[in-house]
Amino acid sequence: MHIVICIKQVPDSAQIRVHPVTNTIMRQGVPTIINPYDLFALEEALRLRDAYDGEVTVLTMGPPMAEDALRKALGYGADRAVLLTDRYFAGSDTLATSYALSQAIAKVGETFGTPDIVFTGKQTIDGDTAQVGPGIAKRLDLLQLTYVAKIASLDLDQREIKVERRSEGGTQMLKSRLPCLITMLEGTNEIRRGSLVDALCAARSQVLKWSAADAGIDDLTRCGLRGSPTVVKRVFAPATRAEKAAQIDTTEKALRDIADELIAAIFTRQPALQHELAFNGGA
Amino acid sequence: MSTVNRETTRPAAGRAGIKKELPAHFKDYRHVWVFIELERGQVHPVSFELLGEGRKLADKLGVELAGVVIGPPGEATRPAVADAFAYGADLVYIVEAPLLADYRNEPFTKAMTDLVVTHKPEILLLGATTLGRDLAGSVATTLLTGLTADCTELDVDTDGSLAATRPTFGGSLLCTIYTLNYRPQMATVRPRVMPMPQRTDRPAGRVIRHKLSVPEDEIVTKVLGFLPDSQSANANLAYADVVVAGGLGLGSAENLQLVKNLARAIGAEHGCSRPLVQKGWMSADRQIGQTGKTIRPKLYIAAGISGAIQHRVGVEGADLIVAINTDPNAPIFDFAHLGIVTDAIRFLPALTEAFTRRLSPHNRDKLAS
Repeated sequence: MHIVICIKQVPDSAQIRVHPVTNTIMRQGVPTIINPYDLFALEEALRLRDAYDGEVTVLTMGPPMAEDALRKALGYGADRAVLLTDRYFAGSDTLATSYALSQAIAKVGETFGTPDIVFTGKQTIDGDTAQVGPGIAKRLDLLQLTYVAKIASLDLDQREIKVERRSEGGTQMLKSRLPCLITMLEGTNEIRRGSLVDALCAARSQVLKWSAADAGIDDLTRCGLRGSPTVVKRVFAPATRAEKAAQIDTTEKALRDIADELIAAIFTRQPALQHELAFNGGA
Repeated sequence: MSTVNRETTRPAAGRAGIKKELPAHFKDYRHVWVFIELERGQVHPVSFELLGEGRKLADKLGVELAGVVIGPPGEATRPAVADAFAYGADLVYIVEAPLLADYRNEPFTKAMTDLVVTHKPEILLLGATTLGRDLAGSVATTLLTGLTADCTELDVDTDGSLAATRPTFGGSLLCTIYTLNYRPQMATVRPRVMPMPQRTDRPAGRVIRHKLSVPEDEIVTKVLGFLPDSQSANANLAYADVVVAGGLGLGSAENLQLVKNLARAIGAEHGCSRPLVQKGWMSADRQIGQTGKTIRPKLYIAAGISGAIQHRVGVEGADLIVAINTDPNAPIFDFAHLGIVTDAIRFLPALTEAFTRRLSPHNRDKLAS
């Protein structure tokens, strides 16, 4: 079987700082990582490959430096890596991104065999939209299975897949068909440590670098800023609250007294809570 | 986006700057729609929050607000229709078919896109739930229009465009996004980000019914079953009135019990900050913040949470935020209302004990009388 997994290289948001004066993102020195949500999809893809035999192609769109993310994915054991990179992709919103990626996936399919499953993460940690996966599914006419917690069964002969899908307030059991697109829920598995062999292969293997033309994209008006229906008009820092928290003095007081003082302060500010807590709590 | 300055309006770049005029075939797109999320007989409350926002947008634009209900024929959609009117809709569209009983991407996408193409709304809002996000991405891609996810503020610009503001880079910055030359302008909003509007006794308005005529055997994906979350695991964190959460300051997974004890004593839900989920100390559905749940409780107690921007984004709607942290310079004290600089591990048991004393049956009776 052939599995394509789309990943994204993102800045490690835990280390992002906004410049206090200019209110710009300070990217210098912020390490980039594979979007953490993508690792669950990558691991699931590798497990399926190991169980059913086949190949995993990892794909990303980004600047040339995104090759690092692909090398890491190869290190985990992916068989092939494709970097879709072209200045025409700059400024892509989710619609333009899903267009470019779907074209590239089609090209990957022509070149290396039609994928049975396309994986993405649930969302990215920098954009947080969760839209690119569904966008790819729609464009490639793949059955869409989002927030998948578990692949319960897969029958390659019957082209049938059963999954458990996270939904509001429960788990949906779905039966669907290949080819499909799966966005993998977080916490569903743990990314493997790549083997030494994989590490050696990763260092030696080539990352395929495709321009828009290489990916078979001839309509550049659907790419990048031009192909993006949404426009960012304004970027600004969140407003800060004028006053800081009123501190409850703790010097030379027993914890018990501090607690009583805090509760009094809570009920002074929100008197209605007194009744609510009394009747909900104390169980 | 790396070098934009605060409060600067960038000249709309590229294509957007060239074609300012809305193409003619989009000019008759009017009115504001809100998708009423009905699943297994329940309307998701985010739909009411969206109706509240949708009402404001429709009034500013001088247009109608419509609710969109997708579901099986018969009685099942009736409560959703009543709710839509009670929370401000002028009219309701229903798309009904037996195969719409359970949510599935294929038929719901078809139902929604057909309705949009037929009735042409200028704005379409959906909740950023698992269902809403699954549907919104497919619908926007089918219609080839813009979709802005997880908005925290919606407004109408002087020229009538939807100005959708959302956090970016984990909440470090906000950006305002427009869908200039395409319709409908689509946006999703996470539960609890917008305030819950007042339910009213407005008279019901028009109901426009459509049938989705797709036979079941054309829909590939089948629902084999549904396993509801067990009562104990069912964290209704987002809609809880009182929330207690723990962060890295608690030092160990075991100490989370202190948070749970306090939560139980005051009838609260418990949660945590992102690092604890990453460490595997608590499950992801208990995470509060930009990548977890947005909460809007009357009281939020944060114990040992430093208050990173991505946490702040998820709790700012709380009426009263109490922060307990050993570090007097922790950013959480910048947005909490009440602060205590102390060790949460030592203080939480004392607070639990004090609450229990205060809320004991004896004192409770005194309160009630």
